[in-house]
Amino acid sequence: MMKLDPKIPAGPLETKWDRHRFSEKLVSPNNKRNITVIVVGTGLAGASAASTLGQLGYQVKCFCFQDSPRRAHSIAAQGGINAAKNYQDDGDSVARLFYDTIKGGDFRSREANVYRLAQVSAQIIDQCVALGVPFAREYGGQLANRSFGGVQVSRTFYCRGQTGQQLLLGAYSALCWQIERGQVTMHPRTEMLDLIVIDGQARGIVVRDLVTGRVSIQTAHAVVLATGGYSNVYYLSTNASGSNVTATYRAWKQGAAFANPCFMQIHPTAIPPGDEHQAKLTLMSESLRNDGRLWVPKMAADHRPPGDIPAEERDYFLERRYPRFGNLAPRDIASRAVKTVCDEGHGVGPGGQGVYLDFADVIERQGQDVVHERYGNLFDMYNRITGEDAYHVPMRIYPAPHYTMGGLWVDYNLMSTIPGLFVIGEANFADHGANRLGASSLMQGLADGYFILPYTIGHYLATAKLLSVGEDHKESRAALQRVTDRISRLLNAKGRRPAASFHREVGKFLWDHCGMSRNKAGLELALRSIPALREEFWRTVVVPGSGEAFNQELEYAGRVADYLEFAELLCHDALHREESCGAHFREEHQTADGEPTRDDTCFAHVAAWEYREHAVPILHKEPLAFEFVQPTTRSYQ
Amino acid sequence: MKFTLKIWRQKSPDEKGRFVTYEAHDVGSGMSFLEMLDSVNQGLITKGEEPVAFEQDCREGICGSCSLVINGTPHGPDRGISTCQLYMRRFPDGAVITVEPWRARAFPIIKDLVVDRRALDRIMQAGGYISANTGGAVDGNVLLIGKDQAETAMDAASCIGCGACVAACKNASAMLFVAAKVSHLAILPQGKPERTHRVRAMLEAMDREGFGSCGNQYECEAVCPKSISVRFIANLNREYVRAGVVESGLPAEPESPHAESA
Ligand SMILES: Cc1cc2nc3c(=O)[nH]c(=O)nc-3n(C[C@H](O)[C@H](O)[C@H](O)COP(=O)(O)OP(=O)(O)OC[C@H]3O[C@@H](n4cnc5c(N)ncnc54)[C@H](O)[C@@H]3O)c2cc1C
Ligand code: SF4
Ligand code: FES
Repeated sequence: MMKLDPKIPAGPLETKWDRHRFSEKLVSPNNKRNITVIVVGTGLAGASAASTLGQLGYQVKCFCFQDSPRRAHSIAAQGGINAAKNYQDDGDSVARLFYDTIKGGDFRSREANVYRLAQVSAQIIDQCVALGVPFAREYGGQLANRSFGGVQVSRTFYCRGQTGQQLLLGAYSALCWQIERGQVTMHPRTEMLDLIVIDGQARGIVVRDLVTGRVSIQTAHAVVLATGGYSNVYYLSTNASGSNVTATYRAWKQGAAFANPCFMQIHPTAIPPGDEHQAKLTLMSESLRNDGRLWVPKMAADHRPPGDIPAEERDYFLERRYPRFGNLAPRDIASRAVKTVCDEGHGVGPGGQGVYLDFADVIERQGQDVVHERYGNLFDMYNRITGEDAYHVPMRIYPAPHYTMGGLWVDYNLMSTIPGLFVIGEANFADHGANRLGASSLMQGLADGYFILPYTIGHYLATAKLLSVGEDHKESRAALQRVTDRISRLLNAKGRRPAASFHREVGKFLWDHCGMSRNKAGLELALRSIPALREEFWRTVVVPGSGEAFNQELEYAGRVADYLEFAELLCHDALHREESCGAHFREEHQTADGEPTRDDTCFAHVAAWEYREHAVPILHKEPLAFEFVQPTTRSYQ
Repeated sequence: MKFTLKIWRQKSPDEKGRFVTYEAHDVGSGMSFLEMLDSVNQGLITKGEEPVAFEQDCREGICGSCSLVINGTPHGPDRGISTCQLYMRRFPDGAVITVEPWRARAFPIIKDLVVDRRALDRIMQAGGYISANTGGAVDGNVLLIGKDQAETAMDAASCIGCGACVAACKNASAMLFVAAKVSHLAILPQGKPERTHRVRAMLEAMDREGFGSCGNQYECEAVCPKSISVRFIANLNREYVRAGVVESGLPAEPESPHAESA
């Protein structure tokens, strides 16, 4: 029977982390070199964790599927990273960042975790500066800030529109240093395909070398997953095409609880989808909403060019519905508002899937140069993709799957329900509740990797009884067998349908029935249809080539096979949650004017799902106690 | 639109490769170059044939994975973009397009259009970092860094590590890549203490990995998706000379308060 113990330290919120760190056991310096830790993933979370663990003296084996650790999906983050520095003296503080994050997450996250995140946020910026991250600066040489969706202070640090790139290159450079020192062994182009659990402890992984196709067993004293999110289960998302659910999903099947899988962030501002060949949706940074105004024609099916529609015939729908936050309303709220106006027939562009994001007013007020300086690269990107010039015609945008608040369940120490399996970054569920605020994922990834995990894993390693295990242990062999069986099953499927067509189909299903708004009938339909699709996959898929060689289609088909199972878990979770909170909107639970209704009596819990073979997963609940803030109706009106 | 593609196919590192011709039909002008290749691949897979292997991940010009030589030019005909940012409206209907991998001694071919670029990572491991331990960093505002200086560092730091500069260079030199990292860190006060070691170690690693030397032809800048300026190569050369001076015991750049005393 699975037990969820969040291990939240007792006592005042402000001192929980300090006291916890002090009470934790340390591994003696001499012992560290005899301890091996596996880190899967080299995004912000993985690279910062692997480099810090290496620096502390552990032997680290680090894995990523890209050809270089620097190419992890984190590289694509644009807008910025939050920190409670209060450099602008505009009333920011640790308490405010904490409160904003808890409220932004619609009171579905743990107070203690979020408070700790806010506490370490300031240190992250200092660490990144020390590593040479070229943050934007003011003329006087001080660090610059911008404000970012959903909050009223300027606490976002940035490097042009390439913040993720620069933060990741900082962490990557730290990783390079540890590789050079021999503390970290890097295995690029190596994919984790299963988890090895021995005597109830995570003791290794099974990996496939993507160049030679060789499958091997890697053992260690503990395993850290930093494998990112699963937005690509929707087929089209803003994520890099390699981002996938395989690592966390396989860990789930080995006994790690999966928490809140249905908490899925749909970002309001992506370039609308085009034709069926489209491979991804490109995000237009949220920072654009600082100056751009969202509108649609008041008249449905109005096909006039935007410039011909006079001001009084435009509906600035966010400003109308949420006068206090206007165009800066949080993502879940903005996305739903976009969907509503499009569903009512006011959408613009192909298929009516789009709304205008208009810069005319700011250009008139401050000039095109100012807009160019702020967003030049984004306007260029938009132009390249759509062929349109957003300085003169408003951009068209539409929501897109973007970030997964759900992930493997972890306790305060970032350890999953499998002892020795730690999960950090987007791959865990911990800090963002039912909705994440902009610029806070980079913060969380680096908080976990640089400052939290390196402490908490030490306590585990110092106190757990870890017998020596090897590749020939029967559990290691069994895991290896699972992987090779599955690979040969994929290669031997003798159909004619490429894996991508299944991916597109399951993605469309989820988008329609488990996307921005959900209802019981739709979810039940999805739950009936997905198994049939999965069955068809195994019957009719084709995967050319061999397993003992570089084979991208084999890699991809394996990920699609996992999506086809994972999609069901997502729908189970969405079905169970009979309330609307954050990004999860159940049509049955809304007010007369379409605002979500949260149910704190029945659903103030984390839903953690336990895998069962050939059966509906078991739901466990971690109650969320709010000792320090009072859950309120999250109003941005 | 339709296109005739001549694509380099090579089963494995040791096998001989060759161009194979494919027809791409029903290509929309709004499709990206990689989406066009995807659709060719879907056709191959449906026939049970192996798709063309190529690299991609972010598809928005930032991860540095995509790496195709298109009609002889790394990342294709447009300046300042990577392969994934190229759209088919850029080509005339019916055009013949050749597609090849990066070609350089230091980048052995793995399969088809995929090459092994780990040599670039090894150059970074030789010195492309600041040795700053996690924890104990001073407040970010203690180091005042002028806006211009920060912007120049950012220009250099924008390198996505794609290797197009190498592919474009007759000598297959990685100078622009090395220059970008050396300059980024040398411009910032945090990077100054290790600058002497860094420039030497990185250049030595570059030689060791089999990259050629710079012939001052500047093809690299022309194909660089981030338009990294060759001015940084001049800067790299200065850093290298400076490292020699430091070694000799003479004062280097007396105006710089952060230079080490070595
Ligand atoms: C376009 C875009 C813009 C964004 N902008 C912002 C922003 O401005 N601010 C913000 O805070 N957040 C932003 N985000 C969110 C943020 O970028 C991500 O949530 C965050 O970077 C995730 O980091 P990570 O380290 O958890 O995982 P990732 O960066 O996704 O890294 C995952 C790593 O795991 C590896 N991996 C995965 N599976 C396996 C496997 N099976 N075997 C081996 N290796 C594996 C990968 O190779 C990779 O190295 C943005 C996201 C997108 C898509
Ligand atoms: S310098 Fe330019 S071309 Fe060379 S690796 Fe960097 S981004 Fe690519
Ligand atoms: S795919 Fe990432 S830069 Fe082209």
